[in-house]
Amino acid sequence: MRWFTLSWQAVAAIMLCVLAGFLGPMTQAESDALANPTATFAYPFLNSKSLIFDLILGAAAVSMLRIPRLAAAAALAIGAHVAAWMLLTGIAGFEGTALASYYIILAAAWLLAWRCVTVLSTFKPASRVASVALRLVIPLIFGIWILIIWEAIVRGAGIPFILLPPPSVIGVTIANSIPTLAADVNQTIFKSVVAGYVIGCGCGFLTAILADRVSFLRRGLLPIGNMVSALPIIGVAPIMVMWFGFDWQSKAAVVAIMTFFPMLVNTVAGLAEAGHMERDLMRTYASNYTQTLIKLRLPAAAPFIFNALKINSTLALIGAIVAEFFGTPTVGMGFRISTAVGRMDIDMVWAEIAVAALVGSVFYGLIALAERAATFWHPSVRGG
Amino acid sequence: MTVTEATAAASVVQAKGLGLTFRTNDGPVQALTDVNLTIGKGEFVSFIGPSGCGKTTFLRVIADLEKPTEGTISVNGLSPEQAREKRAYGYVFQAAALFPWRTIAKNIALPLEIMGVPDTERKGRIERVMELVNLTGFENKYPWQLSGGMQQRASIARALAFDADLLLMDEPFGALDEIVRDHLNKQLLELWARTNKTICFVTHSIPEAVYLSTRIVVMSPRPGRVTDVIESTLPRERPLDIRESPEFLAIAHRVRDGLHAGHSYED
Repeated sequence: MRWFTLSWQAVAAIMLCVLAGFLGPMTQAESDALANPTATFAYPFLNSKSLIFDLILGAAAVSMLRIPRLAAAAALAIGAHVAAWMLLTGIAGFEGTALASYYIILAAAWLLAWRCVTVLSTFKPASRVASVALRLVIPLIFGIWILIIWEAIVRGAGIPFILLPPPSVIGVTIANSIPTLAADVNQTIFKSVVAGYVIGCGCGFLTAILADRVSFLRRGLLPIGNMVSALPIIGVAPIMVMWFGFDWQSKAAVVAIMTFFPMLVNTVAGLAEAGHMERDLMRTYASNYTQTLIKLRLPAAAPFIFNALKINSTLALIGAIVAEFFGTPTVGMGFRISTAVGRMDIDMVWAEIAVAALVGSVFYGLIALAERAATFWHPSVRGG
Repeated sequence: MTVTEATAAASVVQAKGLGLTFRTNDGPVQALTDVNLTIGKGEFVSFIGPSGCGKTTFLRVIADLEKPTEGTISVNGLSPEQAREKRAYGYVFQAAALFPWRTIAKNIALPLEIMGVPDTERKGRIERVMELVNLTGFENKYPWQLSGGMQQRASIARALAFDADLLLMDEPFGALDEIVRDHLNKQLLELWARTNKTICFVTHSIPEAVYLSTRIVVMSPRPGRVTDVIESTLPRERPLDIRESPEFLAIAHRVRDGLHAGHSYED
């Protein structure tokens, strides 16, 4: 029996370490110090360089031994992330001085993380808690590595922070301006978006039912609705500001207009979804319009309606933020973005973007959860 | 039995000179012409014929799902529309057409909810019809968790739940395999014997029609019409192996002859 199993990521990581050792200095500062051995000045990775190499080589080697998969995954996770942490903290203060070896070592650490995710995804945990945890850990490692690579390249290549700040700086900005961000979220999300979303989706839904009931609306309104939905609706934002004033009401109006048509069109399509046989069945029961609507056609339309709710959750966020560019009280995510850009306060812009992404994901996630609960019977949810 | 025979005279469905012409883009299509038929109470009438002979259309006319263009038809002495509004019949479709978001018990409760049967009464009725179709224990399953045969049985239970005296069945077992079909045929006969309902049954299987029916209506296409009506001489009590008896085979032979006579494929 072999006492080790090869994996190409680990082998490649070892080879990259060898290559980096062969190429020598990881930063310009280190290169200068080596060229001038009599001078003493600090350079990055002065003390940690060998430790970084040892970590990556050690984790790569251990992961290929015949040890339990969990132990291999833990070794890989520790090796990859501690090495990455040391790379990121070491380069701070020496931005723009990184040489090829620095990126090669970063790639080696990233390969270990890749191997770690590969090992983790082969697990078939028996308990429910463990399987949920595993489902979260894998995308978490993936997301962390996007941030690590972003941070490492921005700092290593010395990209001006005004063009692209590293995630650590964005994180510090978020932490330092929580009251401002909270006020902006409250203004934009809990006032403009929620009100506009509820009004827009609600009106779209009710109009769809009216159009279904009254054929003159169906024939007249829907073609015009399709045309209006093709208009750049954000263009009406200045008009809404004129009509409803600077506060959240005008933004809610923009959101309502943006979300109305997706809901209308999807609900109309959904109401046509119930099959002929099911409709005939309701007819044989002498079921009236309302009964057929509630017991057959709306449940059958639910997947379409939830689709519209999901599309609208992202549309609403875009609509509210962009509408704030056209006039707003001195609070709100769109207001903050437009004024921060004007003051070259790019960290704040990114902080708002990060918060908007987070809120948007939570919003979408809640609707997706509700969808799973409400359309559990649909083949796309029950999986068959 | 004597009670059934005594009431058999009362007609449930009466069609006179019935015709239905569909207007299509390719011109009119005569789905039914000159159908004269009286179905008595407690009868089991099968409609058999090739595709396009109008057997399903006739059933749909009884159910007021299609309007005839000629002739008259009455259901329980009323127009089909009045009969539908009085919930005079239960209809079983080719597919089970159960709502996937409802459990089996809830699916059977559907007509009861629409017809306003009080909550307290629903439970007992659901239990009774589920027992009739041998589905006890599957109340809380969803339709997609059941086999095709069980789904079709649930749809029969749903049609029975509101106690209409007339049961219209449109090829209910057409999509099922032969073994399941035999089993369900036997159960349907038992159910018919226990409930004393009038059943109109559309099929394109000769053995199924002969095995189940007290009367077989043979139909033929282009235009859809009745070519023969055969009274079954089989006893009401029918074990599955009656299908090998000479009497059964004689009736089957006559049905086949009727189908051939009206058939225009070979011409």
